[in-house]
Amino acid sequence: MAEFTLPKNSKVEKGTHFPAPASATNVRSFKVYRWSPDDDKNPHTDTYDVDMDDCGPMVLDALIKIKNEIDPTLTFRRSCREGICGSCAMNIDGTNTLACTKGVDECKGDVPIYPLPHMSVIKDLVPDMTHFYAQYASVEPWLKTKTPVSLAAERLQSKEDREKLDGLYECILCACCSTSCPSYWWNSDKYLGPAILLQSYRWLADSRDEATGERLDALEDPFKLYRCHTIMNCTNACPKGLNPGKAISEIKKMIAERSL
Amino acid sequence: MKFRSPLSQATGLGSAKHGFSHWWWQRVTAIALIPMGLWFVISVLSLAGGTHAQAQAWLSSPINATIVLLFTLTALFHAQTGLQVVIEDYVPTKWINLVLLLGTKFAAVIMAVLAIIAVLKVSIGG
Repeated sequence: MAEFTLPKNSKVEKGTHFPAPASATNVRSFKVYRWSPDDDKNPHTDTYDVDMDDCGPMVLDALIKIKNEIDPTLTFRRSCREGICGSCAMNIDGTNTLACTKGVDECKGDVPIYPLPHMSVIKDLVPDMTHFYAQYASVEPWLKTKTPVSLAAERLQSKEDREKLDGLYECILCACCSTSCPSYWWNSDKYLGPAILLQSYRWLADSRDEATGERLDALEDPFKLYRCHTIMNCTNACPKGLNPGKAISEIKKMIAERSL
Repeated sequence: MKFRSPLSQATGLGSAKHGFSHWWWQRVTAIALIPMGLWFVISVLSLAGGTHAQAQAWLSSPINATIVLLFTLTALFHAQTGLQVVIEDYVPTKWINLVLLLGTKFAAVIMAVLAIIAVLKVSIGG
C-alpha cells in the first residue's frame, strides 16, 4: 500500500531527554523511537545520553545499558549479541542493521534508532513479524524429494553443488533487507520480498531438491516475484553481507530458462 | 479476515502463474528501442533545418516509414508495460488500479492506430 504521509496519530513527536551523569566525559546521545499500545499517545523519540566509558562498543550494548540503568520500559528484541539470531534488527542511523554488530563509533553525532520500517509496531523497537514468517512458511523451506532413500543412506551432494548454497544458507531471516525494499513497503501483502525470495532460491539451488518446477510455478507471479525492480536496497542493507538481489535475479533466470 | 491464519493470508489466492512474459517483453522492447531511438533522433536532427516537403519525401521512403512505425509502436508497447508496473506498485485501490490500467492500454492502442494511419497517409497518400 503506497502511503507517503503518516496518519495523524502516527506522527513522531519529541519525547523525554534523559541526561547522562554529570561526571561522564564521553557521552553519546541515542534518539530512540517509542510507542506503546497501552496509552493513546503518539509515537515519540526519547533521547538517552549514555556514558560510553561505562558501556560496550555496540549499539545493542547501549540499548541494554539504557534498559538496565536508565529506562526499564524501553522494549526491544535481542538474544545472541553476535549477529547470528537476527532478533535485534532495527533501523539505526538510517540503515536497517543488527544492533549487536553495529558499532556506536560507526555513527556520527546523535544515533537515531527506529524499528524496522513499514512494519506494524507492537511496542517501541519491536515490529510484528507474523506476516513475514508466514510468507517464509509459504515457500515451503525444506528439502522436497520423491526419490526414496533408505534410512541408513544420505542424499549425496558434490562439493561443487554444495558451494552453490554459499551466500544463501547464511541468511538469518532478520528482515533487514525486506523492510528496506520499497516494493515490499508498498505491496508486502503479496510481494514475498528479498529475504523470503533468497530463502526460496536456497532450495531452488539445492541439487538434492526435486520440487524445482513446483517451486518456480508458485513464484511466477507479477506480485510474489516480479515486484522486484532491482532497487538493490536489500543487498546494501544485509548485515551478513549476502546478496538477495542476485538471488532474485537467479530465480528470474531460472524461469526465463524454462520459458525460452 | 480476523480468523484467517497468517499462512492463509500470506498464500492468498496463490500464484497467477504468469509474469515472465511481461518482464521479458519489457526488456526486449527496451533493447530494441536503443538503436531505433538513436536512429530516430539522428534522423529528426538531420531534418530539423529542412522544409516540409523534404520531411514528407523522407517519410515516403518505405524503409524510413517502416522504422518510424516500428519505433513508435515499440515505444508505445514499452511505455504501456512500464506504466502498468508503476500503477501496480503505487495504486492499491483495486477499482482505480483497474481504471488506470485499462486507460493506459486503451490510450496506447489509440495512439498506435493513429500513428499507423498518420505515417501511412504521409508515406503512401502524401
